Amino acid sequence: MSIEAKEEFRPKIVAFCCNWCSYAGADLAGSSRLGYPADVKIIRVPCSCRVNPMFVLRAFEKGADGVILCGCHPGDCHYSTGNYYTRRRMKLLFSMLDYIGVENGRTRVEWVSAAEGVKFSTTMNEFVAKIHSLGKNVRLEDLRCKN
Amino acid sequence: MNTPSKQAEQIREISGVNPYKCMKCGKCSASCPSYNEMDIKPHQFVSYVLHENVEALTESKSLWKCLSCFACVERCPRDVKPGKLIDAARQLVLRQRGQEYLSPDEVPELLDPEIPQQLLVSAFRRYRR
Amino acid sequence: MQRIGVFVCHCGSNIAATVDVKKVVEMALMEPGVVHAEDYPYMCSEAGQAKILEAIKTQGLTGIVVCSCSPRMHETTFRKAAERAGLNPYMVEIANIREHCSWIHKDTTEATKKAVILARAAIAKVNLNAPLQPGESRVTKRALIIGGGIAGIQTALDIADAGYEVDIVEQSPSIGGRMSQLDKTFPTLDCSACILTPKMVEANAHEKIHIYTYSEVEKVSGFVGDFTVDIRKKARSVDMDKCTGCGVCQEKCPSKKTPSEFNRGLNNRSAIYTPFAQAIPNVPVIDREACIKFKTGKCGLCEKVCQAGAIDYEQQDEIITEKYGAIVVATGFDVIKLDNYDEYAYSQSKDVITSLELERIMNAAGPTKGHLERLSDGRAPKEIVFVQCVGSRCADERGKSYCSKICCMYTAKHAMLIRDKYPDTHVTVFYIDVRTPGKNFDEFYRRAVEEYGVDYIKGQVGKVLPQPDGTLLVQGADLIDNHQVLIRADMVVLAAAIEPNPSVRGIATMLTASIDTNNFLTEAHPKLRPVESPTAGVFLSGVCQGPKDIPETVAQAGAAAVKAIGLLAKDKLTTNPCTAHSDELLCNGCSTCAHVCPYGAITYEDKQVNDHGIREVRRLAVVNSALCQGCGACTVACPSGAMDLKGFSNRQIIAEVDAICR
Repeated sequence: MSIEAKEEFRPKIVAFCCNWCSYAGADLAGSSRLGYPADVKIIRVPCSCRVNPMFVLRAFEKGADGVILCGCHPGDCHYSTGNYYTRRRMKLLFSMLDYIGVENGRTRVEWVSAAEGVKFSTTMNEFVAKIHSLGKNVRLEDLRCKN
Repeated sequence: MNTPSKQAEQIREISGVNPYKCMKCGKCSASCPSYNEMDIKPHQFVSYVLHENVEALTESKSLWKCLSCFACVERCPRDVKPGKLIDAARQLVLRQRGQEYLSPDEVPELLDPEIPQQLLVSAFRRYRR
Repeated sequence: MQRIGVFVCHCGSNIAATVDVKKVVEMALMEPGVVHAEDYPYMCSEAGQAKILEAIKTQGLTGIVVCSCSPRMHETTFRKAAERAGLNPYMVEIANIREHCSWIHKDTTEATKKAVILARAAIAKVNLNAPLQPGESRVTKRALIIGGGIAGIQTALDIADAGYEVDIVEQSPSIGGRMSQLDKTFPTLDCSACILTPKMVEANAHEKIHIYTYSEVEKVSGFVGDFTVDIRKKARSVDMDKCTGCGVCQEKCPSKKTPSEFNRGLNNRSAIYTPFAQAIPNVPVIDREACIKFKTGKCGLCEKVCQAGAIDYEQQDEIITEKYGAIVVATGFDVIKLDNYDEYAYSQSKDVITSLELERIMNAAGPTKGHLERLSDGRAPKEIVFVQCVGSRCADERGKSYCSKICCMYTAKHAMLIRDKYPDTHVTVFYIDVRTPGKNFDEFYRRAVEEYGVDYIKGQVGKVLPQPDGTLLVQGADLIDNHQVLIRADMVVLAAAIEPNPSVRGIATMLTASIDTNNFLTEAHPKLRPVESPTAGVFLSGVCQGPKDIPETVAQAGAAAVKAIGLLAKDKLTTNPCTAHSDELLCNGCSTCAHVCPYGAITYEDKQVNDHGIREVRRLAVVNSALCQGCGACTVACPSGAMDLKGFSNRQIIAEVDAICR
């Protein structure tokens, strides 16, 4: 029991959640006890448009296997227009990442409102399953110098 | 022989219906055109499956009185679809009896020329091996 | 280097049952900057906060991390505690190890591992925190109420009585809303108009209340304490100051074929009309779609008969721009469309009606002058069937998933009133459950059964078949007697589900207030902040937040008013210090940030800078921190990386990313 024969693949997944909708949606998932894998770690940002493409690149550089951004539904952004910027920026970024070898399945933008605890949980379950099917993200990690 | 819980599980699986969704409104029984012919009523079917009372269900004549008109399926507000449960129970019984298959030689003799072609085709689809 | 203290909360067993808190403490102590770590059963308690205070003082902490519930719950609590100990409140970070960890994971090892990582991320962030000072913004002492039903009227009266100016915007020609359409109210059976009209009159007469009827909110900008709103006052074609409300124009109007909205289309109204007799203001509007003068240019009869000379065909829509400190949404509800419910034959038979239509039929000012009669042939119905939960509690897309809450009670009311007034009429109610939580509600329902002999049948109606003789054959199930019933009814009344007024979507978007999948406005907290929207300065009154009856609506309206008054009573608001700021040495004055800013908070100034010894005047972005709401859009748009957000800086978020991916 104590010795693991083979190390199980535990992906590192960074989720950026906007403070007003998705973070609250994640809280609702929590208080409704709707589980999702512990591999998902949430970073709170005021708005999904606060997520600089640099943060996503940094995550992959540091060995993340997947990055997901959650924001308010289009039209419902607390700051009126923030999620529209996110949508456009991330579309470009993700296609660039796909080009350099970080598959599209490892990146995702999802709209989760404060009332959608169920959606948050199912989205995370789906996303983690997807990352599992893609396996470990090797490309960006291999490029950097390891000590 | 299957246990009742296994049979109930099979009915749920064949029908794809979750009987827990039922809110016991009775709209299925209200919609059913064969209601008066049935001993176990459509709304009771759901709780029979839920409580794994499958034997009563399979012995019930309701099984063979259901017209599969799917009025209950159409109108059920909770997506429980009692008609599909009944259909599934029917298939379960047929499978258990081991009578579900005819050998090809037996078929022509049993055919009634009055039977509509469409019915034959749909029966073959449903009960083929 | 910061001196960081980490405080791990057990939250009773909420956290401690799945997270090894001792392990989290132990691991936290190994993080850079951490000089103190401890755990406690309830960090948010008085004693827990005292521990934080003491540690800050004795250990000289410069930053703290609390590993507890969501920051949406207790961030303020811990910030205040830090402030009491003399620490800048923005040196506090929360690691959410309850909602995002202990409550969703079952395995202790996994949950503990995750809690350690979340704590690590918060510690990494706090290492880069800097003290922040909140600014101040002014409060416009005026409230806007969107919707002039009982919810809006009550909120307006309460706010105005506290001494603040209130404007009501109502889209129809009169205030009064749904309540004005009701005949009697449960459980007391008092006349709806008799209790509503005094309130309408009071609102109209109140010196602090201004009512804009036939008007809509067109644009909202600004933020809590300082909203700027454009109101479109639609052309009434009648001069409000001149009109005396004599009603002659309505009598003489030759175009009388428009279905009356107020009577739910059961009868017709004229093209120039007031919705109902007690309308406030008692000034008609001309429906330009129906008016012959507007359609053909000929007619003009109303102008001729108007003694006051109030008719004005040239009147144009008017845009009024006003500033408000608080906005209350009270947009109310409508009944769902029954197009998808063919089995009830609603669109096939005139004698299949909704309960709201029955309400109009029962009303003395309604299309039948209060006589209960069939709309098809005018006969008095002898057999009436009520069907409950039509479109409510429905899992498919035909209806709504929620319980509409009011139907059980109004159906009992209808059944009772009919049995009382027409004792020879037999009344059957098909129900799934009778839900009567409320003061004197169940007693009321029992009276309908026991004293008035209303026949309640547990079961649903499967089909309503209109017969050639004009009757309706109702096929239903009686689940108690376990048989199928067939009733030849003269009238079928459907308790159709209620849904938020369709206009609420647009309003929510303008206010950036969140809305749920059923179009109900979301409250800031389902239990503890039920009348506030998550958007600061926006409050919720009445059914726009969820199904409610009149007493609940009035209670919520009062609560929303108190919240709005609490805001208006302040002279200044402290603003969120997490605002954007630009690095003068990096900014190249390109204006990209100003384009993406939704608040117009960024302007440009020519400023003298000293860039490594080079002194020159440059065009630089300047953020107005009173206007900036801290979304961070500009920080990402900035091509030179000059923009950053206080409290959520690039370095802080990257530190969190690094800590998570470590």
